Amino acid sequence: MTVPAALHVPPTEAPPTALATEGLGVYYGDWLAVDDITLQVPRHHITAFIGPSGCGKSTLLRCFNRMNDLIAGARVVGRVTYGDVDLYDDRIDPVQVRRRIGMVFQRPNPFPKSVYDNVAYGLRVHAMTEDLDDRVEDALRRAALWDDVKGALKKSALALSGGQQQRLCIARTIAVEPDIVLMDEPCSALDPIATGRIEDLMQELRRDYTILIVTHNMQQAARASDYAAFLTTEVDGDGDRRRGKLVEFAATNELFTHPQDPRTENYITGRFG
Amino acid sequence: MTAKLAERPAGADLVRSGIRAQAANSSFAFVVRAAAVSVFVILVLIVVTMTREAWPAFWHSGLGFVTGTDWSPSADLYGALPFVYGTMVSSLMALVLALPVSIGIALFINEYAPRRLRAPGVYLVDLLAAIPSVVYGLWGVLVLGPFLLPYVQKVADTIGTWPVFSAVFGGPVGLKSMFLAALILTIMIVPIITSITREVFDTVPADQKAAAVALGATRWEMVRGAVFPHSRNGMVAAVLLGLGRAMGETIAVALVIGSTAQITTRIFAPADSMAAVIANTFGESSGVNRAALIGLGVVLFAMTIVVNMAGQFVARRSGRKGAGT
Ligand SMILES: Nc1ncnc2c1ncn2[C@@H]1O[C@H](COP(=O)(O)OP(=O)(O)O)[C@@H](O)[C@H]1O
Ligand SMILES: [Mg+2]
Repeated sequence: MTVPAALHVPPTEAPPTALATEGLGVYYGDWLAVDDITLQVPRHHITAFIGPSGCGKSTLLRCFNRMNDLIAGARVVGRVTYGDVDLYDDRIDPVQVRRRIGMVFQRPNPFPKSVYDNVAYGLRVHAMTEDLDDRVEDALRRAALWDDVKGALKKSALALSGGQQQRLCIARTIAVEPDIVLMDEPCSALDPIATGRIEDLMQELRRDYTILIVTHNMQQAARASDYAAFLTTEVDGDGDRRRGKLVEFAATNELFTHPQDPRTENYITGRFG
Repeated sequence: MTAKLAERPAGADLVRSGIRAQAANSSFAFVVRAAAVSVFVILVLIVVTMTREAWPAFWHSGLGFVTGTDWSPSADLYGALPFVYGTMVSSLMALVLALPVSIGIALFINEYAPRRLRAPGVYLVDLLAAIPSVVYGLWGVLVLGPFLLPYVQKVADTIGTWPVFSAVFGGPVGLKSMFLAALILTIMIVPIITSITREVFDTVPADQKAAAVALGATRWEMVRGAVFPHSRNGMVAAVLLGLGRAMGETIAVALVIGSTAQITTRIFAPADSMAAVIANTFGESSGVNRAALIGLGVVLFAMTIVVNMAGQFVARRSGRKGAGT
C-alpha cells in the first residue's frame, strides 16, 4: 500500500489506517467519473471530503460500503481495503460490509415506522435482539436524541423535525455497532442549529467510530474534521466530460493553512477567505 | 402566486386573461362535478330498477331469500345462501392463493430480475389480463381440470381420509368443483393484483431502500423493512380490487364450478356462485324465478359495495397505523 509522493499523507506519526484505496476509479457506464484515488483514512478520526459539486465525493464515499453495487452501470476499479481485506474481492459479502461500515445520507430518510422500530430495524436484521430495548435506548442516547424522543418511542419517525430525523438516522446506523460511519452531506438539509448539534455529535462519536464525511461546507470541514481530502474535476485529454480527481489529502489544519496544491488554495480561498 | 400577480402593473390584458382563466376553471369544475353526479345517479338508478325487478322474489321469500339454503325453482323455493357461500368461498380461496403469487411476481419484476427483464415481465403479466374470461373457463374445464383430476383424487384418497382434514379435502371428487373455480379465479386475478402491487412498490422512495441496504439488510430484509411498510395501503387496495374482480367473475366460474347449489366445506365438490347461476339459468327463467335471479344480482352488487367500503376503512386505518408503527 504505497502512496505516491504527490499525495500528502498526514506527516507526523500517522494513526492506524481504517480504510485505504489504491488507484480507485468508478465508471458510470463507459464514463470514468472518478479516477485514480489513492488515500488512507485514519482510524478513529473524522475525515472530510470536500470539493466542487459533481467531483465525485458521493461516488467515492459509496465505494467504501459498496453502495455503488445498487447503481446499474456503476463499476469500480482499483482497490479498497478495510483492515487487510479487499472489499471488492469476490468472496466478500457486501451485506456484511455494510453492517460494519454504516452510512448516513444527505436527506434524512427514516422509515415510515415508529422511532423505536427505526432503530430496532437494523438490530432485528442482524439478530441483535437481546436487550433490544436497551440497545435502542443506548443508540438514541449516543445520537443525542434520547431526551427528545423518550416519551414518544411509538410515535412515527416522520413526525420528528429534520434535525431529529437525521439524528435518528445516525442512531439507527450506530445501533448495529458499525466500525466506520460514512456521512454524505448529513447537514445539507438542516438549519444551522440542527447542523451544530450534528457536528457536536460527530465529535462525540469520533471516540468510538471512524467517520468519513462529505461536505460542501468549508467551514464545516474546517471545524469538524481532523483530516481532509480535496477533490476536483478535470477535463482529461480525450473526452469532453469532466472527471473527479483527488488533489490533496492532509490533516485538516494543514490543508486549510498550507495547501500544497494551487487548486486547493484557490478553492479554499475562493470559498473560505 | 397572488403576490406575483399584484406586482405586475394592472392592465386590460391581465384582467382579460384572468377572466378567461376563471371561466375555463369553472367550466372544468362543472364538468368534473357533472361526471361525479352522473356516476352517482347511474348507481342509484341501477339499484332502484334492479330492486324493482327483483321485488316479486323478495316478496315471495322474504328474509329467507338470503338465509334460505334451498334453491329449486320447480318447487318455488328461492334460498340464495349456497350461491352467496359459493361466491365468497371461491373468491376468498382465489385471493389467498393469488396474493402471495402476485406479490412474488411484483417483487421479482421490481427488485430481483435483471433490469432488461423488467419490461417483458410487465408485458407478460398484462397479457394474462387480456385473455377473455370465457377462454379461461374453457381452458379450465378442458385442460386444467382433467390434468389436475388424478392429483386431486390422490389428495382426497390420502389427506382427505384423515380426521378433520376430510371435511375440506374429502371425496367424492368431481372434475368441476369449487377448487377448480378458485384456481381459475386465482389465475384471473393475479394480473390485476400484480400490476397494482408493482406500481405501489415502485413508489417506495429509493432513499428508504438505500437506508435499509446501508444497514446491512439483504434484499429480502430490505423488502420487509422498507418496501412492505410503505406499500401497505396499496396492497390492501390491490386485494380489494382482486376480491371484487373474483366475486363478479361470471362466465369462467360458470363453466368450471359445477352448478350445484350446495353448502359444503369440501373443496373438491361442485358448488355454484351468484354470477354463475345467473349466467347459466337466466335465459330460461321467467316469473318469480327470473325475479329471484335479478335479486341475486342485487345482493351481489350490495356485497361488492360492502367489500369495497370495508376495504376503504381498512386502508385508511392501516394508513394511520403505517405511519405510527
Ligand atoms: N447513478 C449515476 N449514474 C450516472 N452518473 C452519475 C450517477 N451518480 C453520479 N453521477 C455522476 O458522477 C459525477 C459525480 O457525482 P457525485 O459523486 O454525486 O458528485 P458529488 O457528490 O461530489 O457532487 C457527476 O458528474 C454525476 O453526474
Ligand atoms: Mg454528493
